[in-house]
Amino acid sequence: MSVESLFPRLEALLPKVQKPIQYVGGELNSTVKDWDEATVRWALMYPDAYEVGLPNQGVQILYEILNELPETLAERTYAVWPDLERLMRAEGVPQFTVDAHRPVRAFDVLGLSFSTELGYTNMLTALDLAGIPLSSADRGPDDPIVLAGGHAAFNPEPIADFIDAAVLGDGEQIAIAISEVIREWKAEGEPGGRDGVLLRLAETGGVYVPRFYDVEYLPDGRIKRVVPNRSGVPSRVFKHTVMDLDEWPYPKKPLVPLAETVHERFSVEIFRGCTRGCRFCQAGMITRPVRERSITTIGAMVDNGIRESGFSEVGLLSLSSADHSEIGEVAKGLADRYEGSNVSLSLPSTRVDAFNIDLANEFSRNGRRSGLTFAPEGGSERMRKVINKMVSEEDLIRTVTTAYSQGWRQVKLYFMCGLPTEEDVDVLGIADLARKVIKAGREATGSRDVRCTVSIGGFVPKPHTPFQWAAQADHETVDRRLRELRNTLRNDKQYGKAIGMRYHDGKPSIVEGLLSRGDRRVGKIIQKVWEDGGRFDGWSEHFSYDRWMACAAEALDGEPVDVDWYTVREREEHEVLPWDHLDAGLDREWLWQDWQDAVNDVEVEDCRWTPCYDCGVCPTMGTEIQIGPTGRKLLPLTVVS
Amino acid sequence: MAQRLRVRYAKRGRLRFTSHRDISRAVERAVRRADIPVAFSAGFSPHPRISYAGAAPTGVASEAEYLEIAVTRPCRPQELRAALDASLPPGLDVLDVVEARAGSLADRLEGSLWEVRLPGADPAAAESAVKEFMTAAEVAVERLTKKGMRNFDARGAVASLVSLTADQDDHGEGGPNQSCVILRMVVRHETPAVRPDDVLMGLRLVADFAPPSPPSVTRLAQGPLDASTGEPADPLEADRVGGDQ
Repeated sequence: MSVESLFPRLEALLPKVQKPIQYVGGELNSTVKDWDEATVRWALMYPDAYEVGLPNQGVQILYEILNELPETLAERTYAVWPDLERLMRAEGVPQFTVDAHRPVRAFDVLGLSFSTELGYTNMLTALDLAGIPLSSADRGPDDPIVLAGGHAAFNPEPIADFIDAAVLGDGEQIAIAISEVIREWKAEGEPGGRDGVLLRLAETGGVYVPRFYDVEYLPDGRIKRVVPNRSGVPSRVFKHTVMDLDEWPYPKKPLVPLAETVHERFSVEIFRGCTRGCRFCQAGMITRPVRERSITTIGAMVDNGIRESGFSEVGLLSLSSADHSEIGEVAKGLADRYEGSNVSLSLPSTRVDAFNIDLANEFSRNGRRSGLTFAPEGGSERMRKVINKMVSEEDLIRTVTTAYSQGWRQVKLYFMCGLPTEEDVDVLGIADLARKVIKAGREATGSRDVRCTVSIGGFVPKPHTPFQWAAQADHETVDRRLRELRNTLRNDKQYGKAIGMRYHDGKPSIVEGLLSRGDRRVGKIIQKVWEDGGRFDGWSEHFSYDRWMACAAEALDGEPVDVDWYTVREREEHEVLPWDHLDAGLDREWLWQDWQDAVNDVEVEDCRWTPCYDCGVCPTMGTEIQIGPTGRKLLPLTVVS
Repeated sequence: MAQRLRVRYAKRGRLRFTSHRDISRAVERAVRRADIPVAFSAGFSPHPRISYAGAAPTGVASEAEYLEIAVTRPCRPQELRAALDASLPPGLDVLDVVEARAGSLADRLEGSLWEVRLPGADPAAAESAVKEFMTAAEVAVERLTKKGMRNFDARGAVASLVSLTADQDDHGEGGPNQSCVILRMVVRHETPAVRPDDVLMGLRLVADFAPPSPPSVTRLAQGPLDASTGEPADPLEADRVGGDQ
């Protein structure tokens, strides 16, 4: 059965919407395969606006890998803005892919990549527009398998009723394996129907099918246990880890959109994983161990990416890029190669040391020295010990002084507010640090032309981290501390004018906290919010805290739990957490010990350069740290002048 | 700077939904992919020296868009045409390239020939609306601009406007049982700019003529207005004179 393009019907709506180009596809390097020649068809969705979703690396990688398989095709779909949603509803145009404008419901799999929980309501819009029942239990043979991935999928319980399955960890190999399972099942005449294929996926141990597990609760609202409800389904589901990144040098053909997007650059992931051990950082915990891409693969990917895309900026991505064992060689090699060209290089710089400035100097050879960013994260020495961000005040002052004296005029410092054990004085410490930074900068440069911006995010405790047991700070406390910090900076006559402050109010963090550590009961809240018109929760102009709270009160009516129970309540050691049956490889006892160490200001070193501290990932997953140095150099290439 | 090249390109099909900014990003990337030795502006943040003349609005297709590229070493126009075309996404198609020889290209773009297809519209009603519009001395319309609602005359800039009926066999846009009215108009480039949708609004105001479905608009040509034909001539002709294209 072939499907018709929805484009002629969509086209009539486009003159009436904002930025119509985001819905037409046709990106450079996009792929449209013949529908009838494929057996397994994937619609990949990034559940946010096109401008945010298009640059997403995860979706681009899976799109390319799946389309390379002979019997598989993959297309992409994104959240449509409310103006188009209204028109689509009025005209009966269903959710479409941007590649060939095929209806999403016609695909075998709808794969959603959740970088953040704030995309959940957008998933419901897409399902509804596609004509796919919201609840997994209501779906039939003509509906796709709704599959969630991305970091938020490490606790998919709040969306357990809406998805059919979830995958944890790196997607490259498991996406191919899932395609193969579906292909075989279809070739055999789809035995057992929908449950048949889901059971096959669940039996692998690498795909979580929520409805094959029952959650039992205690009278006080805590979870009693989570157990499989049929045979063959494993009691734990494990994450996936790609061990050799050099074997997976994707994206090879980066998508180049016509519409403007949030990242206008070609990005190369230089390694995955991070073992710095920052206790707030979910990404650092769930992506272990560290696996580096070699300097030669990085060099080849950058060269290929620029030629294929025409982008003029290259970003070297990872959780802490300066930690690559050969980052100095990579930086120098690339800077030499592109010297005098109009290709610029960027490195998300978060490490606070002088080495980072050497790197930044290399990367700014072709451009200007505008701003440098560092992330001390905690305002006081004590706070930084709690979160295991091992940066002393002395390090920080020395580093920024070097930066200012080498011509950088603007330094940006990232912090968090609402961290466990935080007191007012810890947040006010941010002002002290910023003042010392400016003072040192003025002395080093002999000029008043130095600036510092402090950027403050609200801390949200995340699953699979040592802070998974912690009480989240209530938004009143966060807002009060931020207000005091702002007043302190404002009233500082000597340095205040040189210090900028960026922050958000604490309310969105509470909703994010609810969704991050929620269980299946939270699904009812999400659905109510969506029914009430909730969309694009990651966008402040669309987000409504009051709506979330009102819908939560309604949805949890009669339950022994409420929003506070999910957010500002500290958990005790043996409470069953909603994600305990989902295994990121981290040893639960180690996480608990690390939480105790946090409270006692005990730090832990990085296992790349000190002995293993038994987080549990390598033995559980059968993995090991993959780092250089390889000792190889980047060869100079002839480049575009 | 060694040379300036003038480029005519088309914006076709679904790529008519590109905005002016979308196109300039796509061209800058295509120039890099095609290895064209584009010149950069001097200063703090250098930009490629590519300038655009009279870009068609978002949602409007065009067979006659123009840009000018400065390059640092001489290029053969036909080679540059092929290389740039191959590097742009299908739908942004490079039609013609000449070396700039004299004068300003923007100054030569005096007017545009537009084609507006109105599937399902009534030919007789269109004809009488056109007549009404052309006999009026002035037709005041309003449009929402960045500076708020603006009132201006849509009639003065219209040099000619005719209504035709489409050949159903060639263009089946409106379906087999539907007529398709085609408006052809030559509009002078004046300030404030009068666009085809302003003329359509004028037709509604003077004769209550409202097409049943969204119009599909294409710019067929822009250039110096030829006194004998009343239509825009090729604006690159002046660069071709004496040249060895």
